[in-house]
Amino acid sequence: MVARDPRWALMAEYDSAEALVAAAQAARDAGYRQAEAYAPYAIDGLAEALGARRSRIPAFTLVGGIVGGLVGYFLQWYAAVVSYPEEIGARPLHSWPMFVPVTFEMTILLAAFTAFFAALLGNGLPRLAHPVFDAPDFDLATRNRFFLCLLTDDPAFDEPEAVALLDSTAPIRRDEVAR
Amino acid sequence: MPSPRTTDGEVLRPGWGYASVTAKIAGLVLSRPVRWPWLAAFLATLAMTLVYLGAMTWLFIKGVGIWGINIPVGWGFAIANFVWWVGIGHAGTFISAVLLLLRQKWRTSINRFAEAMTLFAAGMAGLFPILHLGRPWFAYWLAPYPDHMNLWPQWRSPLVWDVFAIATYLIVSALFWYLGMLPDLATMRDRARTRGKQVAYGLLALGWRGEARHWARHETAYLLLAGLATPLVVSVHSVVAMDFAVGNTPGFHSTIFPPYFVAGALFSGFAMVLTIAIPLRRAFQLQDFITEVHLDHAAKVLLATGWIVAYGYLVENFMAFFSGDRFEIAMTVDRWTGFYAPVYWAMLACNVLLPQVLWWRAARRNTLLLFVLSIFINLGMWMERFMIVAQSTSHDFMPSSWGLFIPTRWDWIFLAGSIGMFAWLFLVFIWLLPAISISEMRELVKEERDEPRPPARGSSHRSVQHGGSDGRA
Repeated sequence: MVARDPRWALMAEYDSAEALVAAAQAARDAGYRQAEAYAPYAIDGLAEALGARRSRIPAFTLVGGIVGGLVGYFLQWYAAVVSYPEEIGARPLHSWPMFVPVTFEMTILLAAFTAFFAALLGNGLPRLAHPVFDAPDFDLATRNRFFLCLLTDDPAFDEPEAVALLDSTAPIRRDEVAR
Repeated sequence: MPSPRTTDGEVLRPGWGYASVTAKIAGLVLSRPVRWPWLAAFLATLAMTLVYLGAMTWLFIKGVGIWGINIPVGWGFAIANFVWWVGIGHAGTFISAVLLLLRQKWRTSINRFAEAMTLFAAGMAGLFPILHLGRPWFAYWLAPYPDHMNLWPQWRSPLVWDVFAIATYLIVSALFWYLGMLPDLATMRDRARTRGKQVAYGLLALGWRGEARHWARHETAYLLLAGLATPLVVSVHSVVAMDFAVGNTPGFHSTIFPPYFVAGALFSGFAMVLTIAIPLRRAFQLQDFITEVHLDHAAKVLLATGWIVAYGYLVENFMAFFSGDRFEIAMTVDRWTGFYAPVYWAMLACNVLLPQVLWWRAARRNTLLLFVLSIFINLGMWMERFMIVAQSTSHDFMPSSWGLFIPTRWDWIFLAGSIGMFAWLFLVFIWLLPAISISEMRELVKEERDEPRPPARGSSHRSVQHGGSDGRA
């Protein structure tokens, strides 16, 4: 086992979304599986160019909504039928049409919480410290610049090849990112 | 200065780049000098907020008797204000969620502050039912939890549905707002020059760094929240409408109420969006972002929803006579000719007559006229809520139990106080947070660049002027 590379990644900086998508595609084609791309807004097709899998957030959200609806309905059924049955003019205790609004609201509430936290946790946030934050120019990633990082931990990483690959994509600068 | 003609159909004037959009919006928070009009507005609304808090304290000491409510009118201003504020709170989510799903580009520059407006309006709304409780210290009894008394909320009551609807609406709106703002908070963190601001925005941004997979998940979740918020918007005011419609009081008991309330909510909400957007774009020179097109579209929504509201009024009157119910008829005639008739006719003038000016394009593009009109619509919608709440109960079944509601000075203080606190919260928001979504504006810049443009606009030299600053400096 060789010692870990003291650098986290090689990073290239671009000034357009098209250049970044092309570079991400090139990295993918060269076999990189852990390349990361940074952009100041959501670029269509960038995550796919890096080889991101289909998100499971919609499935989680569906489950969250179903659980929320079931919990909401059970809550009302249990309260109105089991725990505190209240007979009013021989009307049925299990009056399901009246339970619909709260069931609906609970469905939305749990589904929304699931979507929100699935996105945050899926992204590994909150994470206040990260190697890229110390990289030169990276404060522009939230303004008008686009970055591609080839991670040194990537099995496909080979320094001369990575340098050549990044330089071939015509970045406006190339840097090393410390761990 | 381009002629007004060239801005037709544009939701972002040409010449803006990623960096200049970022600098402009972030600069409103980070480097805007404090000027006296803003300071005066801030201090005035802060004073109103403090008066409001003081009035609440007095209310909790003395009880709801300080208001003009009594039997038969037990609901009065508090519930009218509640319904009014909930309605105003609807436009934000409508703009953010429904227009996002419909891919309406013009939502981009107005969604953030409209969502903030929603949160604050819904917050103001949420206070009133609690203030209105005879024993507000038992407000937590509304929550379902296994208690020592073995009691549960009455699930068959729309008032309990209301608790769930409003609470869900507040929470989901806040999640939607915060998730959408996360990338912008990162921008603020990276643009801030002082350590304190960097730490504060940095903590709020949760370490957002704009990675491609993060953006993809963010977008998925944002769309899902929009999809969830869309039926939620409709459900909230429908439930509020059922607070009334499920009761058998003449003037309440009507199946038109849920759709009529939802349309009224959008109507008053868009009016409030205009009331806020017009001074905002003027005060902070945002005319390039919030263009005449935005105002024009919002005015069209006002016109359309205004007609749905007018249809609601028509159906209410028609059904009273069509049903042959003498109590409904008596209540309707009382609306036309009784003690509250001036309020009724003023409401019709504000909500039905005045908005017809929006059929004219020149009116939809006249900012001063739109601003004044939006105030009248806000006023008209408040009068509508007041009519439904107070007039209906003042004139129900037995003539012997009829009675009038006359607001006391405390009623007016609570109405004015809630408006002051709403405005103050909004000023705090534009002081501390980006009022327009920066990352979505960058996307808009990109889309506008990719779209082929007629060459004769002179946009090329303007793009040097703003977009040329895309460098490091």
